[in-house]
Amino acid sequence: MFFYAFKRSLLAILVALTVSMISFSLLYISSDPAIAMAGETASDADIEAIRELYGFDRSIVVQYLDWLKKAASGDLGKSYYFRTDVSHLIAERLPTTMTLGLCAIIFAIGLAVPLGVAAAIRPNSIIDRVALFLSVMGQALPSFWFALILIVLFSVNLRWLPVSGSDTWLHFVMPTIVLGYYAAPAIMRLTRTGMLEVLSTDYIRTARAKGLRPPVVLFKHALRNAIIPVVSLAAVQFGFMLGGSIVVETIFALHGAGFLAWESITRNDLPTVQGLILAFSLFYIILTLIADLINAWLDPRIRIS
Amino acid sequence: MTNLPQTTSNNPYPAGKGRILQHKGMMIGSLIVIFVMLLAILAPLIAPHDPYYQDLLNRLKPPVWDTRGSWDHILGTDHLGRDYLSRLIYGARISLLIGIGAAMISGIIGTFLGVMAGYFGGRVDMVVTFLITVRLSMPVVLVALAVVAIVGGSLQVVIAVLGLLLWDRFAVVMRSSTLQIRSMDYITAARAVGCSTARILMTEIMPNVVNNLIVIATLEIAHAIILEAALSFLGLGVQPPLPSWGLMVSEGKDMMLFEPWLITIPGVALFALVLSINLLGDGMRDVTAPENRN
Repeated sequence: MFFYAFKRSLLAILVALTVSMISFSLLYISSDPAIAMAGETASDADIEAIRELYGFDRSIVVQYLDWLKKAASGDLGKSYYFRTDVSHLIAERLPTTMTLGLCAIIFAIGLAVPLGVAAAIRPNSIIDRVALFLSVMGQALPSFWFALILIVLFSVNLRWLPVSGSDTWLHFVMPTIVLGYYAAPAIMRLTRTGMLEVLSTDYIRTARAKGLRPPVVLFKHALRNAIIPVVSLAAVQFGFMLGGSIVVETIFALHGAGFLAWESITRNDLPTVQGLILAFSLFYIILTLIADLINAWLDPRIRIS
Repeated sequence: MTNLPQTTSNNPYPAGKGRILQHKGMMIGSLIVIFVMLLAILAPLIAPHDPYYQDLLNRLKPPVWDTRGSWDHILGTDHLGRDYLSRLIYGARISLLIGIGAAMISGIIGTFLGVMAGYFGGRVDMVVTFLITVRLSMPVVLVALAVVAIVGGSLQVVIAVLGLLLWDRFAVVMRSSTLQIRSMDYITAARAVGCSTARILMTEIMPNVVNNLIVIATLEIAHAIILEAALSFLGLGVQPPLPSWGLMVSEGKDMMLFEPWLITIPGVALFALVLSINLLGDGMRDVTAPENRN
């Protein structure tokens, strides 16, 4: 177990380093950032001053190593637009995004797991077909459009929910639905497949044969085993959700890291964009690392192979 | 999706045809996809108006089913007086172009990496698996938005960015399909006869993974279309005045409270296209490899 954990952590660090390199070089692909920052009307002297001020005159490798060294100690540089520390900005906005992500994943699991279990108990029944229908529909629904429809319906016509902002829990209802529904189909399908597989095993037949009540067999014996792969899928989906929160937060003007990403991208605020890509990627890497370690701990077959 | 027909014949073709015709989802999906493709190809012949012509005296005309609507503009006009139906028809071109273009780029990258990893294994597999992990850890929407913002939005840039970002599923599926085939007897036989590696890959491996490749390509086309719409909606994808469906929703957003059809029409079109491509892809998987259904 220790060897597996060591190997897996080493991989995570390598991935993180590669991601940091990509997100750093991303911003040098088009043109000189100094020219972009100075604006169209700047003189050559202004551009040169900015270049020196932000250290763009050094070689790219030196700049990367310098950035990496600072990033490792939590300093992601200064935002061009907000004129404050990027790490502060992100730390300030991250709780909102985390809350949204957690609500959304709970919503998705709460919707998908019961549907998946119900579908697996009676394959090809009405419930199974409805669940399948919902999942096919859900995967084709563009989230930004779904968000607008919800706004028209619940905020404008019914006047139940506020349109934008992040002050009360009511502001989180629609973003949670929009962000969560997209993850639900995959979780539902995996729960259904897992349950179908487990329900046909010998130990379930034994449990039934010795006269256990069906709910006990279903929830205590079957679901516990079927849910293991769902846990790691949910971790992955949670990571994707934070990346996808940019669309949702922008529409609902929720003051989280996703909205910050949109603000900084539209303003050419490169350090903030770099920092956000790094932060989101790191979060995903750590999340999958934890999920893999939990899985290896639960299932010895994984850590040996 | 259920009750695949039983056949006693050894000829696989009638059985496959029967499965296709009996598969309702696939039939509906392919009919809609063919319909949208025809719209896109024949756009100049079908569209009643020029999608770029602005008629500022006829702004925000409602569709024909509204009491104020007229048959001249069947789906009404937008905030610049452009015919909505014509923009919708031309928008199908953009969605399909981006979907197919991005899926082709990512398909080439993903298939190359996946087949290499699956066939050679060992170090090659380690490197490819590492690349897939790195790719999955980067948030797609954020990276795509950032690159488009830096490089500038245009059709080509959006296709290239999505193509370079969406190859992960191709690589994962191609890797596992190739792994399954690698140890088959006919591969060993081909090697024993002295076939070159390139020849084995092209004539023995590829024909046997191409079914899976087509299924993934279909689903990735839908994925790219939905992402393009989201990027364009945020203003960092296809740029105006091109009639992208995502852009149409974005332009109609400000007036959605008074004229809800401005966002309903392009949204429904997007939903229907993505849904039918997904149905087609799921159907093809059921038909070509029924054992992979779940």
